[in-house]
Amino acid sequence: MEYGLDKRSNALKTFNTTFIIIWLLIACFPFIWTFWGSFKVRADFFSRADWWYAISAFNTLIETGGQFTSNAYSQAWTEGEFWKASRNTIIVTVFVVTISLFLGTLGAYALSRSTERYAFWILIAALIFRAMPHITLVSGYLFPFFELQIWGILPTTIVVLVAINQPFTLWLLYSFFKTVPKELDESALIDGCSYFQAFRYIIMPVMWPGVITAGLFSLMLAYNDFTVTALLLNQENHTMVPKIQSYLGTNQHEGNLMWAVSAVVSATAPLFMLVMFFQRQVISGLTTGAVKG
Amino acid sequence: MPNKTFFWFFLPTGLAMILFIGLPIISTGIQSFYAQHDQVVKEVKKCDPFGCTVSIVVDQEATSVLRDERPLGKFNGIGTYVDRNHLAIEQISEFWNETDTFGDFIDQVTNLPFYKALLFTLTYCLFVTPNVLLLGFIIALSLNAISRKIRGPLIFGTILPMIVTPLVGSLVLFWMIDAEGIIGANLQLMMEDPYLSLKSSRTLTWITIIIYGIWHHSPFAFVVFYAALQTVPQEPVEAAIIDGASRYQRIRHIVLPHIYPVVTFVALISLMDNFRVFEPIIGFSAEGSAQSLSWLIYDNLVNEEVILFGSAAATSMMTIIGIAILLAPVLIRTWKEFRTAR
Repeated sequence: MEYGLDKRSNALKTFNTTFIIIWLLIACFPFIWTFWGSFKVRADFFSRADWWYAISAFNTLIETGGQFTSNAYSQAWTEGEFWKASRNTIIVTVFVVTISLFLGTLGAYALSRSTERYAFWILIAALIFRAMPHITLVSGYLFPFFELQIWGILPTTIVVLVAINQPFTLWLLYSFFKTVPKELDESALIDGCSYFQAFRYIIMPVMWPGVITAGLFSLMLAYNDFTVTALLLNQENHTMVPKIQSYLGTNQHEGNLMWAVSAVVSATAPLFMLVMFFQRQVISGLTTGAVKG
Repeated sequence: MPNKTFFWFFLPTGLAMILFIGLPIISTGIQSFYAQHDQVVKEVKKCDPFGCTVSIVVDQEATSVLRDERPLGKFNGIGTYVDRNHLAIEQISEFWNETDTFGDFIDQVTNLPFYKALLFTLTYCLFVTPNVLLLGFIIALSLNAISRKIRGPLIFGTILPMIVTPLVGSLVLFWMIDAEGIIGANLQLMMEDPYLSLKSSRTLTWITIIIYGIWHHSPFAFVVFYAALQTVPQEPVEAAIIDGASRYQRIRHIVLPHIYPVVTFVALISLMDNFRVFEPIIGFSAEGSAQSLSWLIYDNLVNEEVILFGSAAATSMMTIIGIAILLAPVLIRTWKEFRTAR
């Protein structure tokens, strides 16, 4: 919206710029600060004596002899077994994204091409499922999973995350498929393709933007999940987010706070890179869901 | 598309949703009517030179046999729903009779775990949702006025709080706001109160979590509003400028009506998300003074001695009912639109 006729006063411009700068500070500074602090020792980043130590690196100099130290990272990744957690996260994420895209594209294509009334009700049911708090679902899973002895392993979690992710993926892909003209696959059907062939060879090739967006959201869900992974995986199989929580410590045992800080940075950095790369898709995904839903 | 083809296309995703979203809800419903077994006790006679005493101890073996035989627990009917940790019917009627003023009564009731959690959850929703809409809208308007060339990085910076998981987001803030962090320490200096800290006050904890909520959810509202702003038609806006409408009037009478459907959508989504607030309570280690419904369920499920399936399931069912109440207006509206469309 750039109004040709709209003259902004200088005061308004200044105010606007100041507001944006302040907001960006609020939005980004916590991450920058955590990144900075992850290279200090605990006595500096969580200083009881003087908060300025976090900047002047008073204790870091004494303990390690330098302004910056990467001890927190090396310890968390080796001793803290963060490598295992990130390996688990990669496994879970890759499988969740692949499976949920496969199921989601098939289902959403069918929904977008069906003129029957039940398609509408399925979409409404998906909306209700989307609203379910994950923790209530987990409280339904735990008991049967214990009984079936499938609790704690990665495949169970992957299947659960795929299912939890389906309602959103369906809605998103449904609105993308709706934008692909029907005539395209109808002409293929007339030429003798089966529905599956039309889907595979005619529709999928033009659907890549939608599929990438849906994939990104599945990825963010699987990567960021805490509720499901914390309760359905055993210690050995924990992914990154529950692992970070375990570093925080509980009443019974002292945690290792600097491990948590470096783990937070390690877990967040790839996500930020990814979003920087695919910013356009993330935003288009959020808005397609919004405008149509 | 013929029904048969539809069926095969939809089968995989449908099956996944039925098995892992539909069935768990039913399973939660069933579990909520059962409670964990009481421990089997037995009398043990112990004799020493000074005489014999009879003491009651837990019969571990019999207890575990009973648990293995009927793992679901004993049937409890709606017992779990009305006990002290949930609806607490008995306690409430007691308070009603005992307390003199209504304020006292409310105080007593909101000290019961379920009502305490419900109060926090609702307060959180009530403060976060409108502020998210407002802040998101202001950021969208404001960014929309900035030169197109530098908007990309600005949008990236703006959506950062949204893309990190709530646990990480709340931790990052907590480390700054806590007494040993940069903001917390400076607040102590400013207020000249060395004991000022997040954990010391219930109100402060609530305010912090609410601020976190606004910080985390505003970017989502921003993105949706920003996209909607791009679709506002130019002609009415220009006509309004020629007619001498002020900036406020233009937003109030042209922009807002145009993006109104999107506003309700964002309000609904953010209400649903806020109702399940849970991770920030762990991130801020605020269990002491702020508990939400989801946190109660989590707490029952990570209970160290016995997992309280029944209790967790009862709270879950009531949370689902809460969600249903929130969703009802939308569903009714959709149903009506659908009926008229037919």
